Amino acid sequence: MTHARSIWNNGVKTGIIGGVAVLIISLVGMVVSFNRRDIIFEFIAMGHTLLLMTGILIGYTAAKKTTATTTMVKCFNAVVASLVTFSFLALLVIIGNAVNLRAILVNASPMLYKALTLGHHDSAAGIFIILGIGLLCGICAAVLYSVPTAVRRITITALCSVVIAGVLQDLLRPVLLAWGPMSVISDFLFAGNGLTAAGALTVILVIAGIMTVWNFKGDDVKENYQHFSGGTQRGIKIGAFVLLACVLLILPQIVGLFLSEVLTIVGLYVLLGLGLNIVVGYAGLLDLGYVAFFAIGSYVTAILTSPELGFFALNFWQALPFAVLVGICFGVLLGIPVLKMRGDYLAIATLGFGEIIRILVLSDALRPWLGGAQGINKIGKPSLMGYEFSQPQEIYYFILAGCLLVVFISMRLKDSRLGRAWMAMREDEDVAQAMGINLVATKLLAFASGAGFSALSGAIFSAKIGSVYPHSFSVFISINIICLIIVGGMGSIPGVIVGAAALVGLPELLREFADYRMFVYGAALVAMMLLRPEGLWPDVRHKMELHKDESVAEEPQVSTAT
Amino acid sequence: MFQRWKDSITPTDIVMWMIGGSMLLMIVWGSVATLVEGKYTGRHWVDFVIFGLAQGSIYALIATGYTMVYGVLRMINFAHGEVFMSGPFTAYYAAAAMYRTDFLDNHPFMALMVIFLVAMSVSTTIAFFLEKVAYRPLRGAPRLIPLITAIGASFFLQYLFRGLYGSGVQAYPVIKVLEGQWMIFGIRILKFQVVVILAAILLMVGLYSFIMLTRVGKAIRAVSEDKEASALMGINVDGMISTTFVIGGMAAGAAGVLYALMFKQVHFFMGFIPGIKAFTAAVLGGIGNIPGAMLGGIFLGLIESVGPSLFLDGLGIPAPYQLKDAIAFTMLVLVLIFRPTGIMGERLAVKKA
Amino acid sequence: MRRLLTILLVFGIIIGLTAMPAVAADKGVVKIRKGEPVHIAYWFVISGANTSLGMDTVRGCEIAIDDFGGKLKGHPVKLSGQDEMCNPEGGQAASSKIASDPSILAAIGSNCSSAATPGAPILWGAGIPTVSPSNTSPTLTAADRGEEFNGYLRTAHNDTIQGAVGAQFAFNKLKIKRAATVHDGSVYAEQLANVFAKTFKELGGTITAQEAVNAGDTDMRPVLTSISTGKPELLYLPIFIAEGGFITRQSKEVAGMEKVKLMGADGIFSPDFYKAAGEAAVGMYHTSPDFTAFGSGYKKFLTAHKDRYGMAPEAPFHAHSYDATMLILNAIDKVAVQHDDGSLTVDRMKLRDQLYATKDFKGLTGTLNCNENGDCADPRIAVYETNIDNVKKGLMPTTPFWKPY
Repeated sequence: MTHARSIWNNGVKTGIIGGVAVLIISLVGMVVSFNRRDIIFEFIAMGHTLLLMTGILIGYTAAKKTTATTTMVKCFNAVVASLVTFSFLALLVIIGNAVNLRAILVNASPMLYKALTLGHHDSAAGIFIILGIGLLCGICAAVLYSVPTAVRRITITALCSVVIAGVLQDLLRPVLLAWGPMSVISDFLFAGNGLTAAGALTVILVIAGIMTVWNFKGDDVKENYQHFSGGTQRGIKIGAFVLLACVLLILPQIVGLFLSEVLTIVGLYVLLGLGLNIVVGYAGLLDLGYVAFFAIGSYVTAILTSPELGFFALNFWQALPFAVLVGICFGVLLGIPVLKMRGDYLAIATLGFGEIIRILVLSDALRPWLGGAQGINKIGKPSLMGYEFSQPQEIYYFILAGCLLVVFISMRLKDSRLGRAWMAMREDEDVAQAMGINLVATKLLAFASGAGFSALSGAIFSAKIGSVYPHSFSVFISINIICLIIVGGMGSIPGVIVGAAALVGLPELLREFADYRMFVYGAALVAMMLLRPEGLWPDVRHKMELHKDESVAEEPQVSTAT
Repeated sequence: MFQRWKDSITPTDIVMWMIGGSMLLMIVWGSVATLVEGKYTGRHWVDFVIFGLAQGSIYALIATGYTMVYGVLRMINFAHGEVFMSGPFTAYYAAAAMYRTDFLDNHPFMALMVIFLVAMSVSTTIAFFLEKVAYRPLRGAPRLIPLITAIGASFFLQYLFRGLYGSGVQAYPVIKVLEGQWMIFGIRILKFQVVVILAAILLMVGLYSFIMLTRVGKAIRAVSEDKEASALMGINVDGMISTTFVIGGMAAGAAGVLYALMFKQVHFFMGFIPGIKAFTAAVLGGIGNIPGAMLGGIFLGLIESVGPSLFLDGLGIPAPYQLKDAIAFTMLVLVLIFRPTGIMGERLAVKKA
Repeated sequence: MRRLLTILLVFGIIIGLTAMPAVAADKGVVKIRKGEPVHIAYWFVISGANTSLGMDTVRGCEIAIDDFGGKLKGHPVKLSGQDEMCNPEGGQAASSKIASDPSILAAIGSNCSSAATPGAPILWGAGIPTVSPSNTSPTLTAADRGEEFNGYLRTAHNDTIQGAVGAQFAFNKLKIKRAATVHDGSVYAEQLANVFAKTFKELGGTITAQEAVNAGDTDMRPVLTSISTGKPELLYLPIFIAEGGFITRQSKEVAGMEKVKLMGADGIFSPDFYKAAGEAAVGMYHTSPDFTAFGSGYKKFLTAHKDRYGMAPEAPFHAHSYDATMLILNAIDKVAVQHDDGSLTVDRMKLRDQLYATKDFKGLTGTLNCNENGDCADPRIAVYETNIDNVKKGLMPTTPFWKPY
């Protein structure tokens, strides 16, 4: 390898990856569609911001990856990488002007070229504009790389805050507007479909200010905290806990209808996630058909409360125990046939159960009893002392109570004898059996308790929506729950909550970009697992397992053929 | 001998057998009722079987890719359905272009070659990069983690192709040579179905002999037995895993074109359900086992085609074909009750699964 | 710890009880300041298997706004969108999102009736009327639908009308005595199949089979073989493009089904269906709105679509969506009060009443008249026959083959 080549090497290589990335971003239509929104009103649009951020990130990565010692070479690589990245876009515009790519690639439209070249798509100037922007990104990346860490961190956080404020404007504005005097702030920060220039500057200054103060004083605060006595520390913790509880309690009253709706959805998934966490996280049984019990809980509630079918006319509270009970029974019933199956055999068999239940509730054969494709409407809402929970802001409390109950049960189960038996079984079934654990009972209990939580969640779900349709219980729900458990950190209770917030809450918040929700969701799952396989808030034991290689590198390794 | 057998029986087994037995009884009862009713003639049954075989061949082809990946990596490649989709979806544009210029009608075999080539190369490329980007860095991580990446990659690819080619349904052009039907031994069979079944058999035999007879195949088998040991034996483990993905991608691309030729429609979501079905087929046959995947695919295809009529019609259940997936999954569970590692899977039974 | 939790729980319930829901008989007034846009929102299915249905209707809205001039009394028209995912929870979330934005005047949606059931009441709770281009479930505009649906209208026609027209045509015009139906488990298709079967039996015909397939199925030959044993003369398939294409194509390949006549509903009355079904669609019947009222407007729409998106519409409800958007824009135009400072005020209740008062509105799908339950569609459903020219050119037949009136 010649020296000359190795100087270029990293920049070009990273640049090519970046080029493919920006091509994809442009060709799936993200640039054009995001450009309808401005980050800063009449200054910079969202699609452009996305491209700029990618360009800078690529440049920065190239600089970081370069092994050369001199900063000069690293910065050079950053510029090269960004330039290469943007030259892909230049190439796209050139080709797109010559050939009609749109016959195949639906998003390679004149609008895209116009957006990429800032309006100069039919002249050579456009190409230079793209390359110029690439150069600019490279220089930004190089500058970011060469400044001290603290400055870099403050700059990045401040700029990102502006982007986030711009992206979330649709959420922030209604919340601010709902609070009379706050509408002044809203008017100051936002205009048209973006932030105002003054607003953006304010956000940058405020965030940068906070960061700077924290940078200098943060260590002192931490140190002071360390010096407090155990009692005081505990007091602070409890105080924080009470504060959190109060925030949780008044949250829906502040944030309004939509955010409360998001909170209730996240809450439902927390319930589901905690249930599945017992089956997958504690007991290690890969269940891909968890939605079956969710469906059972919903349908039992619907059948018992809806006057539409006319079998029963219980109220919600009377139906709830039946829903949970039937869920548990089905947990055992469906658990028995799969007792002997392991790993992927278990996964596909449970996936099958999920589908069987969905198909059965959809079927014409069971239509007189389960409503078929038309679903069941007019499901009873829960009411307490004559007061009906129907708005998301009210259902929220109901779900919060459910979550607290289930978190509590989960926590107690984890450290119980049963919980330890589950974990032993997860690690090695044969050894667990040899240690005297009754595998049959332990497995069935895991299925049953998981099913019970899921059915509870299903019952609340049907009451919240007021109608059930078979189409709500697709295999994607099961997949989503599995993902949130793993992304949160398997076996960890806070992990489930964080996972639900990240995988269910965030996509709901960013509904605007629904076209690209699944696209980004998929990419984020992959990135997440590559960068942080142990999850966002891992269980201590799991984290140790994952980083076993690092901690016991000295010891002789046992073959780990899993 | 009998004593030992008797000792190993637990109450669980008895309950499981009772569940299995009662399911079997239902099936037999339904079948007898249907046959007694006499709604379907012999010709109908022959048709059902042929339809099932053709559908099953396609499942089998996709399942082969699943099973091979499982063999070497012990992971469910959830994104395999998208590898399957990417090929024919891209090749559609080649097919449509050739149709417009009449090349397709004048030189149908050349055109078919081009379609296969395009589809297989796209699928292969996707499979190759999928492994390199999403799976390779996770080698040795707990088994659920690559599963999540696979799910993520599956969504990503689906919506990537949706973004690139649009969300509509595209229809493959009709290839005149393959239209119509033949009479074979007095049985009416569509030309397509003959082609699909033959192509599937050919590809399977080719794959199987590749795995069993060539050096690379041997190396892949060695890797699937024990990665560390094969590395010590001088086998390039990463290379072999890549090769496996490439072969699986090729099979998926070919299966995709067969599917597109048979059903004519391609869209970004077309890979998902065949993917799940193929996964089911692979497990049914014993995951990790190539002949098992073939058998599982054919079995699944047959059950979907014959099952609803045979099992449910006699019982007077309305709209039996709506329940065909439920029947397929019930049969899967039934098979797994009696053979917890699939029809042909034994090797992996305890240690690795 | 445990006591703390209990206290919190009780505390929570008390707060929940005391929190008063905002109940207002008056739905309020929206003020649009100078330069701010007139904001309307759509809630369609734009992810998952039914994406093409949703995207098609989105394009209908966008073209309608263009045709309207993009401006309303000097204010730009802003269209934002939510994904209702074709299920009730998606509908609930999407409608909550729309309802939480006080700047939104009216909504267009949903695509799927299952999403509208929980969604429409949420929108009306916030005073936002919604016009659906593709919900066809009878319950949504039934007389007993409840007050919470007071803000709900639709430009799609009710299933009961369309299913009955299909049955009358088969029995009275084609003189068919034996028919079979097939649906795909969707709310729309199952309803239509049932209405057809009911009407057909009332007329004196025999239904030989009421089969169903699953969305996503591809191999329809087994189910068609099963249907063929009943020897029907006509198969009614009120389903969507993908499955409809499979059934149409494959029915020509199944012994005993080659001669059976096929009839679909407006769910597959689109050029995309011809692509999916190929020449097997020749001779097929469709029930759909009477296009003779469409006139030149629809041709212009198709040209605009091709120019803007580089392709023809890919699903059946774009014209309904165009009409829904036009209906809303015109209603806003009528009720919006212009002030001297360039601002606009719109009374939500007046907007709703204006929408319900729509009479003789010339839309793409016919002349729209909204009744007191929110059904605005021109109820003139006609039957069309497909010939070889239609399939080859990918153009829908424009003159009805038969009219019930």
